[in-house]
Amino acid sequence: MAKIESNFKNMVLTLLIICGVAALALGAIYNLTKKPIEKSKLLKQELAIKNVVPEFEIIKTFKYKPDDGEDSLIINNTYKNSNYVGTAIETYTDKGFGGRVKLMVGFLPNGCIYNIEVLELKETPGLGTKMTEEKFKGQFKNKNPKNFKLIVKKDNGDVDAITAATISSRAFCDAVQRAYNAFVKFGGNE
Amino acid sequence: MNQWKNFTKGFLKENPVFVLLLGMCPTLGVTTSAINGMGMGLATAFVLIMSNMVISLIKNFIPDKVRIPAFIVVIASFVTIVQMVMQAYVPALYKQLGLFIPLIVVNCIILGRAEAFASKNSVLSSIIDGIGIGLGFTLALVILGSVREILGSGSIFDYKFVAENTKTILLFVMPPGAFIALGYLIALVNKIKKSV
Repeated sequence: MAKIESNFKNMVLTLLIICGVAALALGAIYNLTKKPIEKSKLLKQELAIKNVVPEFEIIKTFKYKPDDGEDSLIINNTYKNSNYVGTAIETYTDKGFGGRVKLMVGFLPNGCIYNIEVLELKETPGLGTKMTEEKFKGQFKNKNPKNFKLIVKKDNGDVDAITAATISSRAFCDAVQRAYNAFVKFGGNE
Repeated sequence: MNQWKNFTKGFLKENPVFVLLLGMCPTLGVTTSAINGMGMGLATAFVLIMSNMVISLIKNFIPDKVRIPAFIVVIASFVTIVQMVMQAYVPALYKQLGLFIPLIVVNCIILGRAEAFASKNSVLSSIIDGIGIGLGFTLALVILGSVREILGSGSIFDYKFVAENTKTILLFVMPPGAFIALGYLIALVNKIKKSV
């Protein structure tokens, strides 16, 4: 079969048809995958909350925009039998070595950190990514930022930094501090 | 053309990474571990096979002067499909490779094969070419990823074989290590290629 001549009409028509078909196909796939994508995102969110606070029944979620940040924090106060049992705060920092780091920090009603989950990071593999390991983030457990300085030891704080990843460690502390500030303001309140 | 030869050329003789040196950006960027390399390789292979097939199907309907934009649209559509499907069904892998998936669009292997092979050959040959080159690319990424993971993290496919606090050669999981490992691997492949 002979090739189609490259005149203006043919070129416009061909590209139009190809783009049209591609758009249709993408639209169809988008509709197919929309629900699973939302579901997996929601599941991830819920799982993260479950991991950082004690057992709960009801979540009350609201947003709060701190003065020193561009985006809002998401504050989830959790209740069991209408008793306040803890707060999971989705926090972030832009001081990471590779940009934004997102954490989910869980606080108990008394202000102690219950657990921390890393939601998103772009740190150096093998160095900054160690912040997801228990060895680093475990040291925050059961500490109250009121008397546990969320600053690395190098800067006269209480946090053991990750070897060769001080910047990532500082970023982690910054995010936790941001969450704590929000907790002090809103923990348990609606 | 002999289809078997067509299939196997991607592994050694025309390996996209070690011999053609195409698609270096994702190669160097994602191969911090073997599993990342494999995920990226398979995603690329899928796009390559599908785009080779479609392009060789429609090659006669595309006027020569607009062939590149037409190819790009086809490739970009498949990449977007891969991205959405991964996001929906393998969110963990998507989280790891997320940044690099859109880059498959401009991976020169795919456009290169479309231009050099699929637009001149039959549908069957193009599919086989896509499978061969795609798997060759995956193989190369897995090898490079394994080397970097073994030396840099002391593990393979996330299975750790050194003690918790052992000092590993961290350089290899960082960008310079990618170039160093790739350089040695290319030298090795050249040596093997000469002997067969």
